[in-house]
Amino acid sequence: MGSSELKRSKDSVSDESARRSSFPDEVLERVLSLLKSHRDRSSVSLVCKDWYNAERWSRTHVFIGNCYSVTPEIVARRFPRIRSVTLKGKPRFSDFNLVPENWGADIHAWLVVFAAKYPFLEELRLKRMAISDESLEFLAISFPNFKALSLLSCDGFSTNGLAAIATHCKNLTELDIQENGIDDKGGSWLSCFPERFMSLEVLNFANLTSDINFDALEKLVGRCKSMRVLKLNRSVSLEQLQRLLVSAPQLAELGTGSFSQELTIREYEELESTLSICKNMHTLSGLWDAKGIYLPALYPACSHLTFLNLSYAALQSVELAKLLAHCPRLKRLWVLDTVEDKGLEAVGLNCPLLEELRVFPADPFDDEIVHGVTEAGFVAVSFGCPRLHYVLYFCRQMTNAAVATIVQNCPDFTHFRLCIMNPGQPDYLTNEPMDEAFGAVVKTCTKLQRLSVSGLLTDLTFEYIGRYAKNLETLSVAFAGRSDWGMQCVLGGCSKLRKLEIRDCPFGNAALLSGLEKYESMRSLWMSACNVTMNGCRLLAREMPRLNVEVMKEDGSDESQADKVYVYRSIAGPRRDAPPSVLTL
Amino acid sequence: MASDKDLNLEATELRLGLPGTSDESAKNQTSATPRSNKRALPEESMSSNATASKNCDQEIAPHTKAQVVGWPPIRSYRKNNLQSKKSEAETSGIYVKVSMEGAPYLRKIDLKVFKGYPELLKALEDMFKFKAGEYSEREGYNGSEFVPTYEDKDGDWMLVGDVPWEMFTNSCKKLRIMKGSEARGLACAV
Repeated sequence: MGSSELKRSKDSVSDESARRSSFPDEVLERVLSLLKSHRDRSSVSLVCKDWYNAERWSRTHVFIGNCYSVTPEIVARRFPRIRSVTLKGKPRFSDFNLVPENWGADIHAWLVVFAAKYPFLEELRLKRMAISDESLEFLAISFPNFKALSLLSCDGFSTNGLAAIATHCKNLTELDIQENGIDDKGGSWLSCFPERFMSLEVLNFANLTSDINFDALEKLVGRCKSMRVLKLNRSVSLEQLQRLLVSAPQLAELGTGSFSQELTIREYEELESTLSICKNMHTLSGLWDAKGIYLPALYPACSHLTFLNLSYAALQSVELAKLLAHCPRLKRLWVLDTVEDKGLEAVGLNCPLLEELRVFPADPFDDEIVHGVTEAGFVAVSFGCPRLHYVLYFCRQMTNAAVATIVQNCPDFTHFRLCIMNPGQPDYLTNEPMDEAFGAVVKTCTKLQRLSVSGLLTDLTFEYIGRYAKNLETLSVAFAGRSDWGMQCVLGGCSKLRKLEIRDCPFGNAALLSGLEKYESMRSLWMSACNVTMNGCRLLAREMPRLNVEVMKEDGSDESQADKVYVYRSIAGPRRDAPPSVLTL
Repeated sequence: MASDKDLNLEATELRLGLPGTSDESAKNQTSATPRSNKRALPEESMSSNATASKNCDQEIAPHTKAQVVGWPPIRSYRKNNLQSKKSEAETSGIYVKVSMEGAPYLRKIDLKVFKGYPELLKALEDMFKFKAGEYSEREGYNGSEFVPTYEDKDGDWMLVGDVPWEMFTNSCKKLRIMKGSEARGLACAV
């Protein structure tokens, strides 16, 4: 049921109030409970008061994109029956160390409210939140039905917190610890799962560095017959992997440990035959330190692979090519740029169903590196993979012509994230700005939702974006633009814009203030190292009381400069937990 | 550096660049990134607000390459993983001595530098000015007097090329280019 149909029924419902009695709330709730998308649900809740109430009573999962946009009390008041919560905290640029320590986004206050209002909470998924061991322990003992914990890019906790989860959560089905700033105190937490415990379906501890008790892990995997996702950390050897797989051939997603132990011929053959039994495997990752000679052991398990994450394996082009020849069904591929353009040519040749490609730099901070990938690799992929719609590409050179060719071959891009690693670098063949490249992207890719720009860019790029990128929701800009006009074009033209993050651009108060009325329809705005001043921010804060305007000052900077600005809409009012380095205006 | 007698050309020299930067840093700059006309450092371009619209794309800023915070945008987690790999690679080169019968002195090479046997053999051939002949699993090196061999962890002398490359680099203690008569003994033993 689309939201447009629901909006149409608004008129008929408000006309015939008598009809209401023949359409009991329970039925409406039952119907609405089938709606999963939180955007559809938001639309439903706007139809009329009855629908608003039916929706709030039937909602079991709440998604909060910015933890400071609302308070846990408000959430609990509106939605009494929540079983699953997704919360996101810090601004995305905190991933790149641009946000001060102790900025906030602590989960604890939320957990306290949830413990009181949602004692039957089952799932908690956090991204960029701060969570302490005490909070993890509190979580573990407060919710007897707790099933799934997923932590992505969070920090503030240690393996002790994981031990608490393992010890107390008797019904745990999912423990997914991804890319967090975790204090790894050792692997004994894994031994905390009780002897009879066997409900785990998802276990991802790839993030952790220390050795885990392999014996405990082997027994755990052996007991948990429904396990479908297992992602090991680097300390698990190939031989240990083989032993684990013997008890878990049903795995759908596997993250190997280190893939470089020296194996005897016999051990290699055992591994190969064990992997060949894993016919359900659709996702493969890990492969740390992968040695080319052992990759063939994977071939039999690759026939149904749809997602291959090689971003921790520094493979060469030939090794990648040989591996991809066995992965015809691949839809998502993540690689390091050690595979070079030749490796990407192999992608184009072997993976016609590819939808997503991410190429990460193996040596991002070394300018002397002459290899990596260039525009040629990207172009090669675009010729072979017409279904490509998501790309993240780190490179050291690009041309306008290449990008034009790429989007001509792949017009369905929804996510186009191009990072030319040298800030402000022009088209290396023509020496011109990269405006036409991104112009081509926004003109051709009408479904574009997310865009990251780079290279030498004038305001023209932003004129193009404002004029053509009508479905754009997220825009990331760095070291680009010439004047306020650039940012004004984006704010004026991109009607669906929700997140705008800008760093090191010559945009000032005029640009900031041109978005006065727009920011309430957006989730957030980030501007750092731009030309915005404290006065500009104060003016914004004064004019728009429903926006939180926060400024982070850097040590030794000019009094009047607003070094880092974070603006977001909120019904919670200004936050009270900001550290001293964050000023709320 | 300039003596009193010099015309002090440096002071009157016309050049693109920020005051205080020397020619050296400009040279380093251009050699590292030959084709890019980089914008000035962000902080510098910020100070000239309205004049940012001048020919930014033709500016050459010979600043030394300072690392910009949070750029390129790689997540800390991924950065840490890469860095630990890198330092491992940097500290552990596999240096082995190479000797050849008749050569006046030994050489040393880093096996880590090579990706496989063909590269290694080419380097050895260049170093000692010889040709190694065709390698086959059955017959060893055919068509040449010279045979590349190595001593492994167990102290045995082996023919270069028999085991997978990784195994070789992990077990090779020293290399020796044997000549005809020496080598024949090795082939018979196999």
